[in-house]
Amino acid sequence: MPFIANTDRDREEMLRDIGVSSFEELLPDIPATCRLDRELDLPAAIGEMEVADLLSSLAESNQHAPGYTSFLGGGAYDHYIPAALRTIVSRSEFYTAYTPYQAEVSQGTLQAIYEYQSMICRLYGMDVANASLYDGATALGEAVALALNVTGCSRVMVAGRIHPNTTEVLKTFVEPGGKASLEQNSLKDGLCDFEALEASMSDSVAAVIVQQPNFYGSLEDVQRIGEIAHRHNALFIVSADPVSLAVLEAPGVYGADIAVGEGQPLGSALNFGGPYLGIFAVSEKYVRKLPGRLVGLTKDRDGEDGFILTLQTREQHIRREKATSNICTNQALNALQAVVYLSLVGKTGLRQVAELSMQKAHYLAGKINELPGYSVRGDAPFFREFVVDTPVDASVVVQRMLEHGFFAGCDLGLFGETGLLCAVTEKRTKAEMDRFVECLGSLS
Amino acid sequence: MNIPEHLRYTKDHEWISVQEDGTTALVGITDFAQSELGDIVFVETKPAGTSLDEHDAFGTVEAVKTVADLFAPVSCEILEVNEALDAAEIVNSDPYGDGWMVKVALKEPSQVDGLLNASAYRELVGE
Repeated sequence: MPFIANTDRDREEMLRDIGVSSFEELLPDIPATCRLDRELDLPAAIGEMEVADLLSSLAESNQHAPGYTSFLGGGAYDHYIPAALRTIVSRSEFYTAYTPYQAEVSQGTLQAIYEYQSMICRLYGMDVANASLYDGATALGEAVALALNVTGCSRVMVAGRIHPNTTEVLKTFVEPGGKASLEQNSLKDGLCDFEALEASMSDSVAAVIVQQPNFYGSLEDVQRIGEIAHRHNALFIVSADPVSLAVLEAPGVYGADIAVGEGQPLGSALNFGGPYLGIFAVSEKYVRKLPGRLVGLTKDRDGEDGFILTLQTREQHIRREKATSNICTNQALNALQAVVYLSLVGKTGLRQVAELSMQKAHYLAGKINELPGYSVRGDAPFFREFVVDTPVDASVVVQRMLEHGFFAGCDLGLFGETGLLCAVTEKRTKAEMDRFVECLGSLS
Repeated sequence: MNIPEHLRYTKDHEWISVQEDGTTALVGITDFAQSELGDIVFVETKPAGTSLDEHDAFGTVEAVKTVADLFAPVSCEILEVNEALDAAEIVNSDPYGDGWMVKVALKEPSQVDGLLNASAYRELVGE
């Protein structure tokens, strides 16, 4: 985008054009008591070179993933991003944060979104995926809103442990208005307690939510949770990690009515926590309640394939206050990154990413388990992440390992729990993991 | 514009057809309404058993680029929803026949007399 200057002369010309003599003349409707009546209290302007120096010195005080060996996960994963991805998504034809206005003019963008939707449907085993939402947590929030809307019920059950931050986001969707409640089912050894879930179900449950793998990285018996949900006519909502789906069963196969996920692992950088990508897919039955934008394939008047925004009457600009969601855009750039990532790595490549992450995570877990004072919690199967009980507080481990050049993992103390949540992606080498274990050993 | 003489109409462009029993009626949208909306792609109504007061919204009708509410012409209870509306285009092709939307039980049959007759409705739509 070009730099657009706004000089004194430009402003004078604009004011003259609209027939006023000063900017002040445009503001009589704002009461004097609401006016600031002084300049903003800002430091004096500095030159571009000084700004660049200031910003780089601020940036250098961050500890960022490329300078460390990272075992951080907890919802954001340090997978490798192929170099071609950045080149492709940076093309000016593609580079946009949102679905464009007059969307049909941008056939390339719509095609990319259409391909993204198709790939998400394949990956999650669902009928229809939207053009994406803001992130995994808000996608789950929209899923809950959809379930409350179609069932008319008021209770939302969380089976198993979902990310605590996601729970906080869900509360903002469920609790205002006081008509619905979010309930955490009790856990048994870190996993969903089926007897407790069964006992707490009733006909007023709108949805049962499960995260796969769960917050601790373990795999839940999702089939069984889905059966319990459906036996009580509740919708079954699955939040699944997209990379894990290269080796695990797709949510659609085990009966998910709505499947969501955090799409960051598909080609989005860690980005200090965002922007990320909200994956959202439904079975066809709920297509008219689907939030967000949806791109469809059609024929133009010459009989050629063309892409359009479809089923728009679901959306707020048409349905107004009766719309079931106020999401009117998507994470176009992150969705583009996901579709380019999936295209570059392909079906085999994604499977390799998943298998390598899983094998390396299991190698590291085994090595840590051999260390005196350390133990990997529980014996549930896991994908690329697991909880370690540490001989000293996890926050101390994290701090000390920084000195050795490691992000040791996510300190569960941040969420009022104990333990260290370690994630391993395909980027970690055996040498890195061996050195990590050696350094951990030196702490105890 | 087709405005059958034997029906009653509302300002919201619904028609109502009281059945021979005098207590039940069919409700739909008028030929004028369907032509203004354009290609109708979806009709959604509240389920059978829903009790409605006069002017209560009982559903929506979706065209390609717009959506309109459906209002109860009189106080009634929905007895039946037209299953054939899964193919919503029949509202365009046969708005007064196969394109009916709900069958209702009238709470106060006399309310129907207060609705527009064919000539009043013709005047409303400017024919």
